[in-house]
Amino acid sequence: MFLELFFQYLVAGLTYGTIYAIVGIGFNIVYNTTGIINFAQGEFVMLGGMIAVSLHSLLPLPIAIAAAVVLTMAIGALIEMTFIRWLVKPAVLRMIIITIGISILVREAALHLWGESVRSLPYFTGNEISAFSFGGVRVSPQVLWTLGICSVIVISLNLFFKYTMLGREMRACASNRDAAALCGIPTRNMVTLSFALAAGIGALAGAVVSPITQTSYSIGTGLAIKGFTVAILGGLGNSMAAVAAGFILGILESFSIWVMPTAYKDAIAITILLAMLFVRPSGLFGNKEAFRLKDF
Amino acid sequence: MRIFKLLTVVVACFALFAAPVFAAETVKVGALLAVTGPASFLGAPEAKTLEMLVEEINAKGGINGKKIELIIKDTQASPEKAVSFAKQLIDEEKVFAIIGPSTSGETMQIKNIAEAGKTLLLSCAAAEVIVNPVAKYVFKTPQMDKHAVIRIFQQMKKMNISKIGVLSSNTGFGKAGKEQIEKIAPEHGIQILVNEVYDKAATDLTAEVTKVKAANVQAVINWSIEPAQAIVIKNIRQIGLTIPVFQSHGFGNINYVKAAGAAAEGVIFPAGRLLVADTLSDKNPQKAVLVDYKKKYEAKYKEDVSTFGGHGYDAMMILAKAVEKAGADKEKVRDTIETMKGFVGTAGVFNFSAEDHNGLDLNAFEMLTVKDGKFVVYEK
Repeated sequence: MFLELFFQYLVAGLTYGTIYAIVGIGFNIVYNTTGIINFAQGEFVMLGGMIAVSLHSLLPLPIAIAAAVVLTMAIGALIEMTFIRWLVKPAVLRMIIITIGISILVREAALHLWGESVRSLPYFTGNEISAFSFGGVRVSPQVLWTLGICSVIVISLNLFFKYTMLGREMRACASNRDAAALCGIPTRNMVTLSFALAAGIGALAGAVVSPITQTSYSIGTGLAIKGFTVAILGGLGNSMAAVAAGFILGILESFSIWVMPTAYKDAIAITILLAMLFVRPSGLFGNKEAFRLKDF
Repeated sequence: MRIFKLLTVVVACFALFAAPVFAAETVKVGALLAVTGPASFLGAPEAKTLEMLVEEINAKGGINGKKIELIIKDTQASPEKAVSFAKQLIDEEKVFAIIGPSTSGETMQIKNIAEAGKTLLLSCAAAEVIVNPVAKYVFKTPQMDKHAVIRIFQQMKKMNISKIGVLSSNTGFGKAGKEQIEKIAPEHGIQILVNEVYDKAATDLTAEVTKVKAANVQAVINWSIEPAQAIVIKNIRQIGLTIPVFQSHGFGNINYVKAAGAAAEGVIFPAGRLLVADTLSDKNPQKAVLVDYKKKYEAKYKEDVSTFGGHGYDAMMILAKAVEKAGADKEKVRDTIETMKGFVGTAGVFNFSAEDHNGLDLNAFEMLTVKDGKFVVYEK
């Protein structure tokens, strides 16, 4: 019974962790090319879920999700072009305030468009009550879908950044924007691309987790806070670290419920975030030396 | 130019103050409802219901020849707004009565204001504290949390359940329900082995329900009004718990059943009879009222009727009946409502008294369950 419970909590933790990790990755992609935290990242997750649900009434599930991802990427790129692209050497604080503004704007627009009701996509396989049993430990197929798709995202992101020209250009932009511009890399386009990429990943995540978490116009903020915590915990700019940090946070939260009242679950996330910011602002896996060179 | 502006303002002021003189032959009813904001699922159907009823009453020539003038203020579920709107309605508009607010928190904030302003308040919120202790001018139309809890415990007794787990959300509704469950459980020989409060915006509750599973309980009660109540039952079934699941009357919205899909099947919860109006036997005293309201509302607004709109319906109809009987005199109408017996509403049959400003008993709740995605009366 003890082992069974242990693994059941672990599964719960992995479920939370995947969701956090995927939002955290989005933060990192934008941070890498612009040096800012995009607080509208949670809104991309919301948009992905909501658009996919709306399209699903007309289109088959995989196409609806793909279309939602493409649409959200377009929205992400559009937002960047409208609000950020034309700024000349903006201060970090100004950029952050702008992203907070965008997040409120998107949220309110979603409220007008979809109303307050809560929606979700159907389970990809099985239904609301089906689960695989691994020696008494039960896992919903959707959790496996989420884990699988998260892994695919992480692996393909890594391949993209390491082996494609575009990925390398984005990385060059991240290490030194001026030097990258001197090499002929269109840095502004790279920033737009990073917004589109972050929006796409967020949207895919939003669609895949929606059967588990359900989605509504207001879910973005909560997710953004968790994703931000995870990005800081892992070390800003490091996507793999965000995944690890996501699982650490998710599992900690889940096991905290085992021994403590649930009410303390969120307190744990915030405590970790604060402790990290005080003790090791470069993050668990971040490089202290490199961190000192960054603006923010 | 400035003089012109000043003149406009003066004229506008006159127009405002003069308006009630022209409209002296109406009964002014104020409504404080959360039409938008986080509790819009309560306030929006309430506002729609009131508009529909007032239109209908006025089309028939009003009450004893007096038309109703309805002033709806959207509080967005904010107690601060409820307070300032309540003062405005009482002091400036000098309304005859106020219907609402939609939530218990707001109602408690303006209970004393209505009392001091000697203005009837017919609240559409659930908490028992609204009418206990009794305030002279304050009434409420929804059923009591306490009665919902007692109905659940009575059902558990029939099913030989004595060890339970309790989950609730960290909102006013969740807290009030949890307190009632904790208070009443010992009287019914029920033992609470797990008692967890989760965040109202929770997105997955697998860990919480694992805790319930570990405690080996015979049934679980979930008390919340948020979308999380659909997530909780999915997670319970996913981890392989097959015990009966009880929900609060907050589950009485078909959207939650749709959200939970197969996991909603067999959930047992207490609710007013509006949700199962069509399946009631013709002998049920409420049937005619329920079917009539449901038909009219669904024809006009093209959306499913909800119990919350029903609370607005009851408030308006009780007020209209009292005005019809006693005339447009605040004190007499108050006395009439307090002595009203056997009024058939959507929430149940109301029997008001000086000690009971809610007027509903245990019988106002019916135990319902979900079968094939629909609400039906639970029979066992």
